[in-house]
Amino acid sequence: MLSGIKRVFALLTTFVLAGPAAADEVERWGVNMTKGVTTVSSDIYDLHMLIFWICVGIGVLVFGVMFYSMWAHRKSRGAKAANFHESTALEFAWTIVPTIILVLMAIPATATLYDIYDTEEAELDIMITGYQWKWKYDYIGEDVKFFSNLSTPRAQYELDGSDVEGRMANPHYLLEVDEPVVIPVNKKVRFLITANDVIHAWWVPELAVKKDAIPGFVNEAWTKVSEPGIYRGQCAELCGKDHGFMPVVVKAVSEADYAAWIEERRMAAVKLRELTEKTFGFDELFAQGESVYNTACAACHQANGQGVPGAFPAIAGSKVATGPLDSHLSMVVDGSATNPAMQAFGGQLSEVDLAAVITFQRNAFGNNMGDTVQPIDILNFKKKQ
Amino acid sequence: MAHGPQPGFKRWLYTTNHKDIGTMYLWFSFAMFFLGGIMALVIRAELFQPGLQIVEPEFFNQMTTMHGLIMVFGAVMPAFVGLANWMVPMMIGAPDMALPRMNNWSFWILPFAFAMLVSTLFMEGGAPNFGWTFYAPLSTEYAPPSVTFFIFAVHIMGASSIMGAINIVATILNMRAPGMTLMKMPLFVWTWLITAYLLIAVMPVLAGVVTMMLMDIHFGTSFFSAAGGGDPVLFQHVFWFFGHPEVYIMILPAFGIVSAIIPTFARKPLFGYSSMVYATSSIAFLSFIVWAHHMFTVGMPIAGELFFMYATMLIAVPTGVKVFNWVTTMFRGSMTFETPMLFSIAFVILFTIGGFSGLMLAIAPADFQYHDTYFVVAHFHYVLVPGAIFSITAGVYYWLPKWTGNMYNETMGKVHFWLSFIGLNVTFFPMHFVGLAGMPRRIPDYALQFADFNLIASCGAFLFGASQLVFLFNILRTINGGKKATAEVWEDADGLEWTVPSPAPYHTFATPPVVK
Repeated sequence: MLSGIKRVFALLTTFVLAGPAAADEVERWGVNMTKGVTTVSSDIYDLHMLIFWICVGIGVLVFGVMFYSMWAHRKSRGAKAANFHESTALEFAWTIVPTIILVLMAIPATATLYDIYDTEEAELDIMITGYQWKWKYDYIGEDVKFFSNLSTPRAQYELDGSDVEGRMANPHYLLEVDEPVVIPVNKKVRFLITANDVIHAWWVPELAVKKDAIPGFVNEAWTKVSEPGIYRGQCAELCGKDHGFMPVVVKAVSEADYAAWIEERRMAAVKLRELTEKTFGFDELFAQGESVYNTACAACHQANGQGVPGAFPAIAGSKVATGPLDSHLSMVVDGSATNPAMQAFGGQLSEVDLAAVITFQRNAFGNNMGDTVQPIDILNFKKKQ
Repeated sequence: MAHGPQPGFKRWLYTTNHKDIGTMYLWFSFAMFFLGGIMALVIRAELFQPGLQIVEPEFFNQMTTMHGLIMVFGAVMPAFVGLANWMVPMMIGAPDMALPRMNNWSFWILPFAFAMLVSTLFMEGGAPNFGWTFYAPLSTEYAPPSVTFFIFAVHIMGASSIMGAINIVATILNMRAPGMTLMKMPLFVWTWLITAYLLIAVMPVLAGVVTMMLMDIHFGTSFFSAAGGGDPVLFQHVFWFFGHPEVYIMILPAFGIVSAIIPTFARKPLFGYSSMVYATSSIAFLSFIVWAHHMFTVGMPIAGELFFMYATMLIAVPTGVKVFNWVTTMFRGSMTFETPMLFSIAFVILFTIGGFSGLMLAIAPADFQYHDTYFVVAHFHYVLVPGAIFSITAGVYYWLPKWTGNMYNETMGKVHFWLSFIGLNVTFFPMHFVGLAGMPRRIPDYALQFADFNLIASCGAFLFGASQLVFLFNILRTINGGKKATAEVWEDADGLEWTVPSPAPYHTFATPPVVK
């Protein structure tokens, strides 16, 4: 709070002392829509500016007349009231003229809308699924899919977070993820957008793509980025507790880099499958489990395992985490049968991560089961079903 | 006690007097305005700087939800009903409302509805946290258990609104004094007549949508669940079919109030009375065919997008007509700037700015960038705060001498105006900028580039909130004393309400006046 109050004074000083310099300052904060990096985003920017200047024009006219009257036609200056109160010609004029302006405005808007809706002939399809509170990217036709989670450290944003300096020094605070979605430049990429639980919206301002992710339905959008770069956005539909904590990061790269990246992802998938056969030590699993827990579980069950009373159950001392292994496996792999907020993680995490996180939950927060779950146990559990 | 109120609390509990009921509605609304305002200040305090400092995201969502519900259903709507109760019978020369017992009932169920809604804050799992638009399935499968109380509360509020609306329609159509033809009615009466029809048309739709939610939650139906063959987007269509007329329910009576005040202080008759009536009717009609502009990003077919874009742009025409008429009324008048006039002029300017951003939002391709950002928050606060709240405030200052028989303190009124005006703009204008720069709405924490404008907005919000205490103080002082008001109160004020003494006697127009 104190640092905030200091900033109020700093801002006031900037405005008072530095008049013209303040203009640059304001520019730096960002006061307008981005032009973006696609033809659609720049068309939208142009529409936005056109309608803005039309509004400014009308505003100057209307407020001009109004302020003139307020100055000239005031009783204290001895103004005597006129008595006119009707004019069909005037009413007619100010109905027709705005209508014509609106029709002229509708023409470019319609053209841009047709462009946005033209999702045909895409060169690459990416399925995007919104989850509470992360995004899943599935490259259709490639063996590549992954989840993209917020990667800002919890200590920077939690209510009792300790790392305030880290937050204020982090240029991408709340806008950074562990795995960005990678797309090639100069290719038409089609996004197929849906959701697993509640409605989300996938939005990247610089691509001018915003589309609702709706459970049970698939929406389409497209983009064609000309500039390699990293473009950041956020979920734009209220989707529960951590709606503000599920950013979107798009990394646009050259075609060669994209091919190399796809190959690398494929190899990683193969390696991960090999690891499923391996037997891990307890400490190794526990350590990895903690990091998986913080990414996948802590949003609801909290970093201290205490949950949120009435909303999300605690892991510490819970019947599931300190009960028979099979029901714990079933809860994590298949999700809860009664509470839709508890997702099925079987398809979201690798066998290694599942084994690690379950081992962690059974032995952390004062839970003391002493057992170790191996990736192969997960595989066997899944096979039994 | 044939001609006066009962003593003590019974007066208020049993009253069928339109003035008493109007007073109760207005005080109730004022209390809700402060409660909803405190919630807004919790939101602004949390957004004062980046990082979470005061509340958890879970509670933050409860605050945004409750702030919206309380301001819409608890503050703005009851305030307009209160003004209608006080003024409509006096404006049309009627002795009371047409259905006085129902009038009592429509008020007295409201405190119970809101007591129930607010009590959810203390329940396990917390209050509703899915936004005032309560989109399914966040509000059904994923909702806290308190959602059932929320549904019940909405049903009661809806019943109250429908009864209030029926009463107003019955009063206006049946109880006008001889000679008070429809086209002689003050615009406040006209706008309320149209608003009442909107209420009767859409409150049952709201009741329908919450009932569908109730069925989905407790009785195994799947209206809004795709897994059971339903459609989450259906919820939004039904909700906004209610929701868009609802936003005009919150602004049409405001048009009526301002159309009464501006001519009084410009000392010149309202320009284009009949075009004002037609414009209001057109806005009401259009309000039924534009609902999906709230849903441009849900993935509608392009034909739907185009229809709703064109229809929405069309609303600018009748709304423009109204603004032009107000400005022309002021033109070549003989203006003075007492507090009601200041609030009314601010209404015209700031509501027009909100109208401009509304026109920008109507452009569907641009809306893909604006949708669900702070630009939208700025837009609807510009139409609701200077629109609904400022007009109600203007109306209270304008009619307070008639109600109490005393003049309010003009200096304090002006202080209230300027603090509110500055506070409001400092709060909401920067929201346009952060919205365009990419800040989504309904987030408890934000990226660092949004920090400076959020800090400014939070300062403005506290100024705006504090300045309403001046209003409260001024009203209390006026009730308890002050310069005596004349029957006419304002030089050159026009209308039947100014022909009765100040304060208006408990029963007015027991014999109908004759209107020439």
